[in-house]
Amino acid sequence: MKMILPIKILLFIILAYFVYSFAIYNQVMHTEVARKSISPLAVKGKDVFQKFNCISCHQIYGLGGYIGPDLTNTISEKGEAYAEAFLRNGSLRMPNFNLNDTQVEALIEMLKAVDSSGSFPAKDFDVSWYGTIQKKEKE
Amino acid sequence: MRKSIGLSFVYLALVSLLAALFFGCIGAFQYIMPELLRDSFPFYKIRPLHVSLIVAWIFLASVGGIYHALPRILQKPLYSNKLAIWHYWIFLITGVVIIISYLFGYFGGREYWAFSPILAIPIIISWFFLIINFFTTIKGYRIELCEDKNGTSKLVWPVYIWMWATGIIFFFLTFIEAYLWLIPYFRENIIGELTVQWKAYGSLVGSWNMLVYGLAIYVMEKTSDTRISSMPLTYSLFFLGFINLLLGWSHHIYIIPAAKWIRLLGYAISMTELIVLAKIIWDWKGILKQGKKHIHSIPYRFLLSSDFWIITNLIVAIIISIPAINIYTHGTHITVAHAMGSTIGINTMILLASIFYMVSENRKEDYSETELKLIYRGFWLTNISLAIFWTTLIASGVVKSYYTLEDMPFQQIMNSLHSYFIVFAISGMSLLIGIVMIVIPLLSKLSANQLAENEQ
Repeated sequence: MKMILPIKILLFIILAYFVYSFAIYNQVMHTEVARKSISPLAVKGKDVFQKFNCISCHQIYGLGGYIGPDLTNTISEKGEAYAEAFLRNGSLRMPNFNLNDTQVEALIEMLKAVDSSGSFPAKDFDVSWYGTIQKKEKE
Repeated sequence: MRKSIGLSFVYLALVSLLAALFFGCIGAFQYIMPELLRDSFPFYKIRPLHVSLIVAWIFLASVGGIYHALPRILQKPLYSNKLAIWHYWIFLITGVVIIISYLFGYFGGREYWAFSPILAIPIIISWFFLIINFFTTIKGYRIELCEDKNGTSKLVWPVYIWMWATGIIFFFLTFIEAYLWLIPYFRENIIGELTVQWKAYGSLVGSWNMLVYGLAIYVMEKTSDTRISSMPLTYSLFFLGFINLLLGWSHHIYIIPAAKWIRLLGYAISMTELIVLAKIIWDWKGILKQGKKHIHSIPYRFLLSSDFWIITNLIVAIIISIPAINIYTHGTHITVAHAMGSTIGINTMILLASIFYMVSENRKEDYSETELKLIYRGFWLTNISLAIFWTTLIASGVVKSYYTLEDMPFQQIMNSLHSYFIVFAISGMSLLIGIVMIVIPLLSKLSANQLAENEQ
């Protein structure tokens, strides 16, 4: 009977974790940016991105591998044609994956969706005296 | 008499460690020779092999440690040895299938878990076996070490049992959580999916750290004369660490346009690590004094070195958890330094300490002169190589951050970092040699069937 106390504490922690997780999901899935669902083609692009394990070399928002460039804003900074050239031919470091037209199109759609969600690396941030950051309002 | 299942896990863990470092070295050399194996064994296959095998090393060694230690702590056998054997075989077969799938280019394509989601199912099932085994084994266990003012004994678990219990449960939960991306609700939302993914990963890493740190305290207690596992201060540090590891995840994603309060919470929680840092520094003199006393103990040496890496990594972690600094360090090799410093400097040192303890407790005489020489030289080579490796990563991260802000193209940044990558690859190679020197005597001890023993 006495043994039950640690188990009770453990169960309480698990319950608290569920409540807290739900609060997080509820919050992040309903922010202004997050509310914008992506197109089915972009979702397909995510599948292709995962199928070829692109994240092992590339980053999205600085998260992923380091041997290739971050892709968050490739479309707005370099353009679709630039992205397509790499996707179709590879590079010195990147093998040619022999992607078909549909896969290339889907990947570009995905990159466009990522691009429209925000920017990386961060340049337009205000820093508070206690070290937090806040994105600058567009003038 | 039968061979301990814990030691079977450990054997597999050591093999995984060697394989992980081998693939890590190939990957490091691909940084300086981009065309090396580019088409036959490309980086997108090497990296998941390296990462998955390192994660396997951490899990196999810590789970092996727990299976081995539990019967000794409780002085009764595991609830079910059969279940543990099933756990072992499911892990082993799944691991082999994962490696084969990577070699043939079948990926799930997620960070950490690059394998197909279907292969997560046997991992979840085998982990469920561990949950049953662990909690049924400790059922009814209580120690009566802490007495209140009235002399009534309190029913407490030693802190390492708490750590293992929370680590085991929360790995189960967060591992499943890491697969929420399979649900279209999350999948169709870029920011939401990234946030949920890194929330799960932050906590998931916290969970496996709980398993490793629990082993550290267990071994520390066994190799020193101090009963630290039931001290109130140890409990407070455990709960602080636990909250940190479960709630401090958002420092991974300050940069993502998620809610402001999530960033603030992560920042505030991350800063509580200062308390842990202050405590370690405060205790450092005592640790060194103890170190002199126990320097003859191989596990103690490894624990001492992990303490050094805890301090250096904690300082870096605290600095890069400040959002105003994080925006510059995020996505650079400073993050890699933090990850490598933690997995090799902290986790690997602790796990090697626990394996040395499991294999021979504090009996230095179990090793021949040649083996001891090899272990001690390997120990120093590993630590010195890691120090060079780590410093190079920090330096290349600073350079990358600077050039990124200067809007230098990626390829030019990579070219300017070439000399750093050379040092990084060479020190990585010598790190592998150091680890091989440590692991060989351990593997020979384990495989020489000297360890047939009672589960009791």
